[in-house]
Amino acid sequence: MADAWIPLALTLKVAGWATLLNLIFGVALGYLLARTRFPGRDLLDAILTLPMVMPPTVLGYYLLVLLGRNGAFGAWLQSTFGINLIFTWQGAVLAAAIVAFPLTFKSARAAFEVVEPQYEQAARVLRIGEMAIFFRVTLPLAWRGILAGLLLAFARAAGEFGATLMVAGSIPGKTQTLSIAVYEAVQAGQDDLANFLVLVTSLTCIVVLLVAGRLVPGRVPGQS
Amino acid sequence: MIWDVALRKRFEGRKHSFELDLRFQSNARRLVLFGPSGAGKSMTLKMIAGLETPDGGHVRMNGVDMFDRDRRVDLSPQRRGLAYVFQDYALFPHLTVIQNIAFGLHLGLLNPGRSLRHEAVRRWIQAFHLESVANQYPEQLSGGQRQRTALARALVAEPRALLLDEPFAALDRPLRKRLRDELARLQAQLDIPMILISHDEEDVAVLADEMVRIEHGQAGQASLLPARARGGRSEPEAVQSTREFDWINSTL
Repeated sequence: MADAWIPLALTLKVAGWATLLNLIFGVALGYLLARTRFPGRDLLDAILTLPMVMPPTVLGYYLLVLLGRNGAFGAWLQSTFGINLIFTWQGAVLAAAIVAFPLTFKSARAAFEVVEPQYEQAARVLRIGEMAIFFRVTLPLAWRGILAGLLLAFARAAGEFGATLMVAGSIPGKTQTLSIAVYEAVQAGQDDLANFLVLVTSLTCIVVLLVAGRLVPGRVPGQS
Repeated sequence: MIWDVALRKRFEGRKHSFELDLRFQSNARRLVLFGPSGAGKSMTLKMIAGLETPDGGHVRMNGVDMFDRDRRVDLSPQRRGLAYVFQDYALFPHLTVIQNIAFGLHLGLLNPGRSLRHEAVRRWIQAFHLESVANQYPEQLSGGQRQRTALARALVAEPRALLLDEPFAALDRPLRKRLRDELARLQAQLDIPMILISHDEEDVAVLADEMVRIEHGQAGQASLLPARARGGRSEPEAVQSTREFDWINSTL
């Protein structure tokens, strides 16, 4: 059973980094789309939501084409920085982050949209700068919704299979996450290992959902 | 001249459009913009504070250009230094009374802490009898406490002037009368100019030296009201002296 802890640790690492990327880009883009109007806003929203409806294998294929040695972005990364993302855990992070992205982005956008602009105006007349207003008023008032989205994104990233397999493969100890390890164990007829991995995964998901559920309903003053 | 305001703004709705085009000048320390709801009073006050941008005109206060379309002056609300009390007070729901009042004293990226650290905040909490609720959240306050917290938050930053948007609209009748008297007393103690908007004639009677009537986005001439509680403080020189908060010790 000791074999199970390696994919678990890898899964948490990949999902953790993917969630961090989601925090930065999901919050920034959610805020942008909630608060500004520009041509092509609806199109951008649709593109950013696409990973939610597209099959993960299709996303994985796109990433492979883009990031592979012959891909536009992959060739540039290789020649400029000597970085190759394919079949690495960093590639798995990218795949998981993109698949989970709409969950954070949608929650963040909705959370920012319900923050009354009047609170920001009240801060403005108190001579507080725009950046400080974001961190002191807007973000705290939207935080619960964002956090709930981040937890769902973490769970989704931890369970990612299709896109990760396409981009990072299934290298034990390197890119073989829990969900991929389950698949490999079943394929190899290792039922005990599969049972154990499935149990660990299920428990992790239940914990995440319970925490997320506690964060979503109505705001308690001062608890944001 | 304390206030020299000329504003033009056009709103296009789906069915109706609204044209606001008004100008007024006033040397009154206590000015009330009076008119029915929907006349454009709130929009006028927001444009004076810099929260909305007019299509044209100017906003000058004590000779300071805050907005002038033709000369391309448009100070941000932060730089105008005009305190604004919103109709439903807009207290920050995630902050305690202390944190709300201290909000404008902290300019960094973090909110003020929950402990009483500023002398000015402590004085205002005492002056407005908010000691018992100092650590509570806005949701837990009564209407009167909310209004006093909003006033303290606006005044602690030592603004150039105080703008009040229908300060009694959110309150029931008996409370309205009590708070109106409270505000009248505060006006007598404060040296900064105030603009208050209202559709209630009682407010004009108790709280105004001068009144500007606004109807359908147009303003009548500022009319001087019979002196009743008017002191000798309507001079701009007196206004400047408020920056020091001496009066608070002597009056409270």
